[in-house]
Amino acid sequence: MLQAVTQFPGAHSVLAPAGPQARMAESLWNPMYAVSIVVYILVMGALFWAAFRRRRADEPAVTPERERTLRRVVTGATVATTIVLFVFLVLNVSVGRAVTAHPGENPIQLLVTGHQWWWEVQYRDSVPQRWVTTANEIHVPVGRPVVVELRSSDVIHSIWPPNLSGKHDLIPGNENSFWFQADSAGVYRTECAEFCGHQHAKMSLLVVAQHPDSFAQWLTQQRDTARTPTDTLALKGRAVFLGSSCVMCHAVAGTPAGSRIGPDLTHLASRATIAAGTLPNTPGNLAGWIVDPQRIKPGVLMPPNQLDPEQLQALLAYLETLR
Amino acid sequence: MSITTPLVPHEPGRTSEPPAEVVGRLEETWRHRPGFWGWVCSVEHKSIATRYIITAVVFFILGGIEAAVMRAQLARPENGVLGPDAYNQFFTMHGSTMMFLFAVPVMDAMGLYLVPLMIGTRNVAFPRLNAYGYWVYLFGGLFLYVMFFLNTGPDVGWFAYVPLAGPEFTPGKRADVWAQLVTFTEVSALVASVEMIVTIFKQRAPGMTLGRLPLFVWAMLVQSFMVLFAMPWVATASQFLAMDRLIATHFFNPAEGGDALLWQHLFWFFGHPEVYIIFVPALGFVSMIVSTFTRRQVFGYPAMVLSLVATAFLGFGLWVHHMFATGVPQLGASFFTAASMMIAIPSGVQIFCWVATIWSGRPRFTTPFLFVLGFVALFLIGGFTGVMVASIPFDLQVHDTYFVVAHFHYVLIGGAVFPLFGAFYYWFPKATGRMLDERLGRWNFWLFFIGMNLTFFPMHQLGFEGMPRRVYTYLAATGWGDLNLLASAGAVVIAASVLVFLVNVARSLRSGARAGENPWGAESLEWATASPPRPYNFAYIPVVDGRAPLWEHPEGLPVVEGLRTDVREVLITTMLDAEPDSRHRHPEPSVWPLLAAIASTVFFVALIFTPWAFPIGIALLFLALLGWAWPRGEEHREERMIEREA
Repeated sequence: MLQAVTQFPGAHSVLAPAGPQARMAESLWNPMYAVSIVVYILVMGALFWAAFRRRRADEPAVTPERERTLRRVVTGATVATTIVLFVFLVLNVSVGRAVTAHPGENPIQLLVTGHQWWWEVQYRDSVPQRWVTTANEIHVPVGRPVVVELRSSDVIHSIWPPNLSGKHDLIPGNENSFWFQADSAGVYRTECAEFCGHQHAKMSLLVVAQHPDSFAQWLTQQRDTARTPTDTLALKGRAVFLGSSCVMCHAVAGTPAGSRIGPDLTHLASRATIAAGTLPNTPGNLAGWIVDPQRIKPGVLMPPNQLDPEQLQALLAYLETLR
Repeated sequence: MSITTPLVPHEPGRTSEPPAEVVGRLEETWRHRPGFWGWVCSVEHKSIATRYIITAVVFFILGGIEAAVMRAQLARPENGVLGPDAYNQFFTMHGSTMMFLFAVPVMDAMGLYLVPLMIGTRNVAFPRLNAYGYWVYLFGGLFLYVMFFLNTGPDVGWFAYVPLAGPEFTPGKRADVWAQLVTFTEVSALVASVEMIVTIFKQRAPGMTLGRLPLFVWAMLVQSFMVLFAMPWVATASQFLAMDRLIATHFFNPAEGGDALLWQHLFWFFGHPEVYIIFVPALGFVSMIVSTFTRRQVFGYPAMVLSLVATAFLGFGLWVHHMFATGVPQLGASFFTAASMMIAIPSGVQIFCWVATIWSGRPRFTTPFLFVLGFVALFLIGGFTGVMVASIPFDLQVHDTYFVVAHFHYVLIGGAVFPLFGAFYYWFPKATGRMLDERLGRWNFWLFFIGMNLTFFPMHQLGFEGMPRRVYTYLAATGWGDLNLLASAGAVVIAASVLVFLVNVARSLRSGARAGENPWGAESLEWATASPPRPYNFAYIPVVDGRAPLWEHPEGLPVVEGLRTDVREVLITTMLDAEPDSRHRHPEPSVWPLLAAIASTVFFVALIFTPWAFPIGIALLFLALLGWAWPRGEEHREERMIEREA
């Protein structure tokens, strides 16, 4: 199975770049940090010297020559500041151009739509039947650029995988997009970085970068519709699913359930987490989530579901088949 | 208009010892009426500014308590002190309180207290407006906190981004409370800025040309112009928001052709200058303190003034750096990178000038001076991270993370609150006649300095490790727990330092050492009168012929005589050269500002609930203003031209 997800919650650090954009941003940090430390030491040193230097008892406070010297020093410091800032400016603008430069050949096209409080992910294809819809997890092949188109269905969100790229806002009524590329396999965590209401804190997405072959395999599998299970418990669970309020919001391709209000569940069991990166996808967590999502993410739009234990077991068995 | 006797120049040394009958008459003319009613009707700048400062400090403590509760929640992963609903209210209240109810008002209030004294006049230009501004501010703050205690506190952030703050995603009244709070504070800030500008331009002591203005007065002048140009934008934005919410307009609704990004442009066109509106007066404090405690005038006066003005201009060219993640085109955004970096230059110039001043002076390490040294140490860090976030690729990484939380707390606490505390220690003797205790002052400083760094320095690292802002909790697996615990421990230290300050104030009010007129041996005019100053500030208006009047005239200042003492009269001087121009009959105490503020409050609060508040509120306000402006027989307002020698 494709559960390459070994780490949870995934890498999330600006200082451990795993892609060209993040690496360029990080490349700015070191010179800016170094210069800041040097300037800090210089200015604080000057301040302390100025404040604590030994003074002769008869030293006059203000003399014209002294003022001239001071004027030269202050002017020199100002000119030096200006030069340093100008160098930074040139450096920043050139890196900025590189970051926004066009991605390389044959990028993967993705559409990410922000919802309160989860991420809808669509892999586009020239053939509409081959589109893949999933949630809270992006799989990408290592070494290939990924162009992400960003939309929002409600309020402003912001997508941020620190190891791969900076933030980009998902703004209702505005088009925005960015690209990134993962240079090494791994799981990279993305947080929502724009305050979006009650569960802004628990709105994560995992970027799973994998070998191109595994990625191709994953994508093929995601294109499948859900098979009707053969196991009786799971079959009963399917009936529970289709006969309850689940279908008001969720879709499972290959069944009559087709609502797009909540995350698509066609391949739920193949995902590493539930509730937008909040909990590992285990049957126990899933049961807790289904019965009382408000306990895990207060304010979440999913209502509690009062299922008796048998129904719940059956439903879990069915969801387990959605690989 | 009638021409009366010319102003009579006096021999030096008359500022502090005028004849008893003159003092008696001035006292009678300018004093408060006794009792509660007199207090309510007062239009005296010092008494109103004192109320302003006390109110602002109370809000500072409330905002600090909110911060402490948030730090308690974030001390451990998945903590249960606050749920998301409460947390969102707390961080919104913290931001809105600190920005709108503490930082801007307290800076205005310091200006309203000090500027008339520093420029040698008896009161601010529009004293009733001043009273009105205070009441509006107080009622706005009370309204916010009443709503908060009713669990209707705003929960959309102090920036209230739409569509989250719009009618669809925040039904109920919480976002309306925020929008109207902004209305209250913008009215009071605009009022204060108008008073400040007119007072500074028209009521300076004779001889105090613009080139001789104390640097703090320059800072308040620049800040007031910034308020004048920045506030209308947030007024527009918050009224659009209120209309979207109340009467279903669609300014920000993309589904109906509105634009969610329009909000961000309007808000940040105000919001970024807002930072400098807070910071510029603090630069003024620093200059005054540095000059006094190094016993020399600040080096490079023209450079200091030009830096303030440059900061104000550049401050309006940075707003898009809050919006780099929205997809602004690279080339356009680069201009904002350039402007954001450029603003470091005037700040640098001022720091260099202060260092030069300290080097060539003879520093005395009093508490105010310690706060200035602490200011440089902290503000530099905030300044460096500020230059970093001007860089688009870097900003896209740290934007809306704890790195930015660290950045602006270094700028605002280091850059504004430290100078403010220095200013409290420096001018407290002038306002109360008693010194604050130096030993407690040192405790106050060191606890604040250590606590501040413990709390905010680790946040830089948290931002790098991917912790976004405005999260009510985080998972244990993120590994953010330890640094958050450290930050929360730092918050306790800050709280202790504020407590030390309050104890110091309470003790000094009862038993502090007597201050006298000029305990620090300072240069500027506010030290040439009694501590606390009498209601009329100066018995005779001082005459100024340099930038450091008290140092240039150790034997006593030259003064002019000739203003009436039996009615309230202030001296109006010309704008550039401060030559005596006319005598202005000054307003008497009045209850109408309070009534007008009550009418405004009814208007603004009712507007949350019904559009009918608009006509009714306007009518009420009209009545109040009618009463305010009603001509009264005894107040024949005449301006007397001052006879000038050819």
